[in-house]
Amino acid sequence: MTSPAAATADYLDQRTGIGGAVKEFARKVFPDHWSFLLGEIALYSFVTLLISGTFLTMFFVPSMTEVTYHGPWASLQGTRMSEAFASTLRLSFEVRGGLLMRQVHHWAALIFMASIVTHMMRVFFTGAFRKPRELNWVVGFTLLLLGLAAGFSGYSLPDDVLSGNGLRISDGVLRAVPIIGTYGSYFLFGGEFPGEALIPRLFTVHILLVPGLILALVGLHLFMVVLAKHTQYPGSGRSDRNVVGFPLFPVYVAKAGGFFFMVFGVIALMAATMQINPVWNYGPYDPSPVSAGSQPDWYMLFLDGALRLMPGGAEFVVGGFTVPLNILIPAMVVPGVLFGVLATYPFIEAYATGDRREHHVLDRPRNRPFRTALGVSLLVAFFVLVLAGSNDLIATHFHLSINDITWVLRFALFLAPAAAFVVTKRMCLALQRRDRELVLHGHEHATILRTQSGEYIEVHQPLNEHERWIRVQHDPIRPLQVAPAQDSRGVRRKGYAADVRRAKLSRLFYADRVEPVTPAELAAAHSHGEHDALPGATAQHELVPGGHGALVADEDGH
Amino acid sequence: MSDDLELASTSQAQPDRFEDPGLPPHTPRRGDLDPKANKVSERIVVALFTISILGTIAMIAAYFALPPGQTAATMQRSNLAMGLGLAFALLGIGTGAVHWAKSLMSDHEVSEQRHELRSSDEVRAEAVAALKEGAEDSAIGRRTVLKGAVATSLALFPLTIAVPLIGNVGGDWDVAKFKHTMWKKGTRLTTDPLGRPIKAADVTIGSITSVMPEGIEQTAHPLDEKAKAVVVLLRLDPRDLKIQPGREDWQYDGIVAYSKICTHVGCPVALYEQQTHHLLCPCHQSTFDVADGAKVVFGPAKRALPQLPITVDSDGYLVASSDFTEPVGPSFWERLR
Repeated sequence: MTSPAAATADYLDQRTGIGGAVKEFARKVFPDHWSFLLGEIALYSFVTLLISGTFLTMFFVPSMTEVTYHGPWASLQGTRMSEAFASTLRLSFEVRGGLLMRQVHHWAALIFMASIVTHMMRVFFTGAFRKPRELNWVVGFTLLLLGLAAGFSGYSLPDDVLSGNGLRISDGVLRAVPIIGTYGSYFLFGGEFPGEALIPRLFTVHILLVPGLILALVGLHLFMVVLAKHTQYPGSGRSDRNVVGFPLFPVYVAKAGGFFFMVFGVIALMAATMQINPVWNYGPYDPSPVSAGSQPDWYMLFLDGALRLMPGGAEFVVGGFTVPLNILIPAMVVPGVLFGVLATYPFIEAYATGDRREHHVLDRPRNRPFRTALGVSLLVAFFVLVLAGSNDLIATHFHLSINDITWVLRFALFLAPAAAFVVTKRMCLALQRRDRELVLHGHEHATILRTQSGEYIEVHQPLNEHERWIRVQHDPIRPLQVAPAQDSRGVRRKGYAADVRRAKLSRLFYADRVEPVTPAELAAAHSHGEHDALPGATAQHELVPGGHGALVADEDGH
Repeated sequence: MSDDLELASTSQAQPDRFEDPGLPPHTPRRGDLDPKANKVSERIVVALFTISILGTIAMIAAYFALPPGQTAATMQRSNLAMGLGLAFALLGIGTGAVHWAKSLMSDHEVSEQRHELRSSDEVRAEAVAALKEGAEDSAIGRRTVLKGAVATSLALFPLTIAVPLIGNVGGDWDVAKFKHTMWKKGTRLTTDPLGRPIKAADVTIGSITSVMPEGIEQTAHPLDEKAKAVVVLLRLDPRDLKIQPGREDWQYDGIVAYSKICTHVGCPVALYEQQTHHLLCPCHQSTFDVADGAKVVFGPAKRALPQLPITVDSDGYLVASSDFTEPVGPSFWERLR
């Protein structure tokens, strides 16, 4: 107990008992994979947002009081504008490093949303949301919504013409809500649009409410990751009962700590070299002007695209009351469906799968054809809406008719996701068959042998056990079976109809499938020669009729 | 084990599933075997951290040497210099730490056991017992009136915050303001943003002007008024103009005025295509035919742009004959009530 470090540790431990936590966490194992960095990017860009945002609050004035501009930027000299806009100009021109921090903040916000979405895609496609992590999926989903709220409220703060028109659109959407719409608009704006209350209100939402909630939920999100330990990709030596990787100290302290600086550094590089949101070119908000080719930030584009695609005829009047479905469908129903599916998917899939055990080894997306196809089709629908949100830019860049583009995208919104679903599912099944083929027959070797009898055979190199394991480690998942409607005494049992519905959903998920090679199949393939495949090696295996017990997962065969 | 039946055809009994072969053998890095390579890695890490130090110095130097100045060019130069300094300061630390971890720290994978998250049956039983004990202690189960009183008071008390908040947050809550603008009989049309009155004779065929009511700057909330009252003024060849029944005297010699606020979600309808007489909203591309009552010809809007009835006063200036005869802007529930 002589070194200063030991003395400090002793001091702290006597007052906090921190030794236990250090013992527990210092060598805690985390698995390694590049896709696990997506969530880290989200975390680090959020920290970057907090740092740059705190800087900005020192100079930004959240007020809609009108002032006349007398600053260095000549083209707005003498223009009347809100204090919010004037202080944004001051941040850009007069505060040294202010423009850099503004651009860091805006780029970090775009990267924050992008990393949340891609992290969510990784979790979705690998099935990391399965038991015991369903609740953490819900926490993450809430963080996505809070991210949207943070982005939208912050985007509107400079009170420039572009963000002002964005607010005007929000006002139009809000007013469309039946019965309470106009009151909702008054609630937000403190009276008529634009009023003088909005910027201070958004400021409070943007710098206190939303980041506070995000901070709390990020803490919960990470706590739950530590609690359940991180998932890992399939591979030899990795199972649902262990976690294989590197210890937190020193490897992940260095890697994750270093990665924070890399994320911040890349954002700084973007802020240094790529201009974003040059509000001094747009001018202060005024309800009359608008520039063509104005787009919201990327994460709002899908909503704007939905608004653009919807034909106007859907608005109707009933009993003297106006119901603008041409706004309600794109602005409420479309995101409602998208977010509804996302929020509840873990529970829907668990219901269709019917297993109750913990999963810690991730799925290879090909081994879950329905899920992968559903995810891809949702992404395609999102992408079509993003394109629709850019239809004017497409029209001007490619010299196309805006009406034609809009019509094509109206159809594409329905056809493209359907096509993507079918194609993705087929690709997954084909990849699984390819895996079976490799396991059963090995790598092609480019060597042809002629036997004495004159027969030609191609020599295959069998897979080593590690290569094989990754292709056979997953469980075959079969659709749930329904127990008979009547029990042994002929009495109709309760819940039969619900079971039938559930079995239908289960068939939708798992009727088409390719099962992993079993040792018996491999032995048969070897003993019978290369060309003599078992029935199981072909498509016949796909539609194995399930067992005939009650409604239980048919994991033990039949 | 029912699978055995199915597998009876194969010569020997096989397990149901393959066995996990266990972790693959560890492949050492060059630096693990060759001390020279190890030394090189260390030097690279030192160099990366040095880049960070230089980046910080560059950033501070740029802060003092390059003020943002008066023009976009000087501002961008200052931003670039400081930003690059910051980026190198950060990336040097980041890449240095990661390279250190990857090349010099142990790359032996470690395996740790997982444990099921659920607590054991004994712990659960103890937890339930603790709760039961507490519930009995408070006798919450028997005291139903007390339970009701607690629930009711807890449910009601948020009203003490919600009522004043909701009462104030919407201003005067007079949503009927959406239905009127400041236009009235005799209000002069003035140019936006300069506020000059417009003589009918000065409006050329094919022109489009953004127009505000005279005196808007003197109102209590000019932006609120403008958000409703802004108008586009166009002059068409009277032969092209299809005058809507009942609106014969709403235009003056081919000069028509329509609300600039889109009937979709309220963007300013600002793009005019002179040849086709189409007004296009740049936000969502609703297209209105100004030669035909500004009816919708394409896009997500349903209703025509409201028309402002106009005429000229004795001095030849354009004036409104009344307010709009319907609410302007996006649709809302009680719009027609």
